[in-house]
Amino acid sequence: MATIVIPTPLRKFTNNTAKLQIKSGTISESITELTNNFPELKRHLLDDKGQIRSFVNIFVGDDDIRDLQQEQTIIKDDTIVSIVPAIAGGIN
Amino acid sequence: MIMNSDNVFTREELARYNRHIIIPGFGMEAQLKLKAAKVLVIGSGGLGSPVLLYLAAAGVGTLGIVDFDVVDDSNLQRQVLFGVESVGQPKVEAAKKRLESLNPHLNINIYNTHLNSSNALDIIRDYDVVADGTDNFPTRYLVNDACLLLDKPNVYASIFQFDGQVSVFNYVNKNGVRGPNYRDLYPTPPPPGLVPSCAEGGVLGVLPGIVGSLQASEVIKVITGVGETLSGRFFTFDALEFETRTFKIKKRHDNPVSGKNPSITALIDYEQFCGMKAVEEKPLREITPRELSDWQVRGEQFQLIDVREPHEYQIANIGGELIPLSTIGANADRISRDKKVVVHCKMGSRSAKAIRELEEKYGFTNLYNLKGGILSYIDEVNPELTKY
Repeated sequence: MATIVIPTPLRKFTNNTAKLQIKSGTISESITELTNNFPELKRHLLDDKGQIRSFVNIFVGDDDIRDLQQEQTIIKDDTIVSIVPAIAGGIN
Repeated sequence: MIMNSDNVFTREELARYNRHIIIPGFGMEAQLKLKAAKVLVIGSGGLGSPVLLYLAAAGVGTLGIVDFDVVDDSNLQRQVLFGVESVGQPKVEAAKKRLESLNPHLNINIYNTHLNSSNALDIIRDYDVVADGTDNFPTRYLVNDACLLLDKPNVYASIFQFDGQVSVFNYVNKNGVRGPNYRDLYPTPPPPGLVPSCAEGGVLGVLPGIVGSLQASEVIKVITGVGETLSGRFFTFDALEFETRTFKIKKRHDNPVSGKNPSITALIDYEQFCGMKAVEEKPLREITPRELSDWQVRGEQFQLIDVREPHEYQIANIGGELIPLSTIGANADRISRDKKVVVHCKMGSRSAKAIRELEEKYGFTNLYNLKGGILSYIDEVNPELTKY
């Protein structure tokens, strides 16, 4: 199983869980699995067309999936996937 | 060593900077670079406080500070530049006073203004390095683009609740290779309203102290050339789990400012870019705290709805019926359609969202947004209530 790290602003949608275990496969499949389990996450991660929002970065290990195979990037066992949204402090 | 008046130290300065000068690989050379350097710190709040304190203490010769705000009681939980005696003063003035008492050997320039597309290039132009500690997306993109247009390195930090981020943008390394920038990391900002702000979502007070200190450390490395900066890397810190991660970031060919075919060659309207103008297109009916007070005094018939959370209501309330924003639709039948209804929150943005939802989905036409929320009401009408 791979691990997906949920950022603090989104943990209220995952029962305050910071790390979730996901099946290995593609990023696209894991996002689907994640949003099926936690439906409220969906509008924060995906736009109306089902694409990952451009202010939500997804890193597989140290690398941005935009520098890999985007949503088709393969996650192996022991991979850490981090979701890192843009934050701007005070008044967004 | 170049021996002009800017590049020598007095006896007092030598004593002050001794612990820098004796570090192997740093020494007098790096200290002289700090003295010659001009750093612009944008935002003198949570992040700007530690950045300014440490850069002043470190001996950065010229510091510029941009902030339009005044010091408020609710700042003191994290903005360690300020004390109770600073409350009510312009932040840049209070900051200058504090920094001059920390280190009198510096030039401090203050800009008591909103950084915007018409003044940013003129303000940033005179500096060598920019430290971005602002608190909103439009200014983030403005600072990024201005630094790209003026060829300045931009040391970036950002915080929210328990999370911090740090990087160094537009930095040209020793081999002449330019690193990525904010638009490479985040091509577009979130639409307004999707991400809560620190004013609504909160921030752990010590977090900007930690993250701002890292930012100051990167500024010093950019100036002195000592060590490896975070250029091309993106550092994140989760204080809650105590997890740090450092990701790789790369330049993108489709970056509209620094990519192969730039479509942005001058500063743009950043509020529009961040989708804020669209929200403003249809103005809401508003009521000022003073007008609300007049209604109350003369016994005007109206309903007052408070869309904040119960814990906020406990801190301070003005007698509204509590219907948190997330439950507003389900409680639409509790809201009057016959008389005027004033909706308020802490600062006015959640109540605006509530009003739009009630108008668009439930057809209300009698709603007024309390301008500036309960905070403005406290300022203008009832200062005895607790601000938070």
